[in-house]
Amino acid sequence: MIAFHLEARSGVPTYLQLVQQVRQAIRLGVLRPGDQLPTVKEVVGSLTINPNTVLKAYRELDREGLVEGRRGIGTFVSDELPTTPPDGVRELRAGLQRWIDRARASGLDDESIEALFADAVRPPAVSRVA
Amino acid sequence: MSESIALEADGLGKRYGANWALRDCTLELPAGSVTALVGPNGAGKTTLLQLACGLSSPTAGTVRVLGLSPQEDAHALLPRVGFVAQEHPLHRSFTIRETLKLGRKLNPGWDDAYARERIERLGLPLGKRIAKLSGGQQAQVALTLALAKRPELLLLDEPVASLDPVARREFLNTIMEAVSEDGVTVVLSSHIIADLQRVCDQLVILSGGRAELVGSIDDILASHRLLTGARGDAEEVARVHAVIRESHTGRQTSLLVRANGHVYDSRWELHEIDLEEIVLAYLGYGRSAEPAPVPIEEAASR
Repeated sequence: MIAFHLEARSGVPTYLQLVQQVRQAIRLGVLRPGDQLPTVKEVVGSLTINPNTVLKAYRELDREGLVEGRRGIGTFVSDELPTTPPDGVRELRAGLQRWIDRARASGLDDESIEALFADAVRPPAVSRVA
Repeated sequence: MSESIALEADGLGKRYGANWALRDCTLELPAGSVTALVGPNGAGKTTLLQLACGLSSPTAGTVRVLGLSPQEDAHALLPRVGFVAQEHPLHRSFTIRETLKLGRKLNPGWDDAYARERIERLGLPLGKRIAKLSGGQQAQVALTLALAKRPELLLLDEPVASLDPVARREFLNTIMEAVSEDGVTVVLSSHIIADLQRVCDQLVILSGGRAELVGSIDDILASHRLLTGARGDAEEVARVHAVIRESHTGRQTSLLVRANGHVYDSRWELHEIDLEEIVLAYLGYGRSAEPAPVPIEEAASR
């Protein structure tokens, strides 16, 4: 079972922190298909958070197809997770590795590479101010 | 619970002598929500709570609680509202048993089994006097009194201000349990923003008697961003977004904005900010006091 934690001083809404932790646990195989998530009551009791927040997080995970609620029993990781085709991921990773090698070769340290990556991942401006 | 409104204020104001303790306050708090009231002392938090439970009457505007007027329909409304005042006042010479008896005599909807079960779970002997309890225990007894009314709306005025961190967490846990199990609507005022970010889903920022910001905490976190960039003026940004705070150093400008969609100029670097920073900005903290000085490049070219 996954144990949630919260970053108290975070600009990320609490429900989204829970969503991200479940996504990450599924990605890393900590949560597998059929595994049960803590009940709303358990999360409320352990983190002292608003039950509405937990419900919102579980609804969002349900909408993404990652979990399914079973009435009166609880919330479970979906048996059929939406996955990225493994070939596609492998190819993308290889491409990223080549890019990182190039960045290192041109003298960037890890922190600069991460900053550059984070900057590129940022949502693109839809339109410019003025 | 449906999307009904538990507390509704429309142009609500309260004047004491020449001073408006609350002014032109308009807000709607959905049933089942947990709302944080924040603001400096004297901002109007207590006044708003007192108007909501009928302890005082509005000078202007209206307030409706569970669809009723706290002033005109007090008899029908009060059994449905729990109120814990600042410092959770209890009769200090009473034992816990006597305190519960008082609650039973005063409240028609009193749930004695619930009250006793809660006291037992807290590990408090019924014969113990209130004066002998720790601050945290007194707070829990006051909360038990309010919850044993089985209220639909719970109003709490700075309930955790005097509590140590453990007692504070236990107190909030009790409230969250009540929300989870009974769907109670809660409005609480506090200065401890980190707590509020955990337990609340709605936020009301009061300052100088006015509501500066009302909304869902998730929406508020999602829409506020800190923009930093090379020194410049905020005019272009302000045309699209609401600039809440503007500050400058010799070479850098920082703008805290309430964004109008995901629209940013690429010259600004974008940062997420926590709730405390947002609240401080609305309360006017961190604004540059003096007008923006002339940028270095311009000054050098003169």
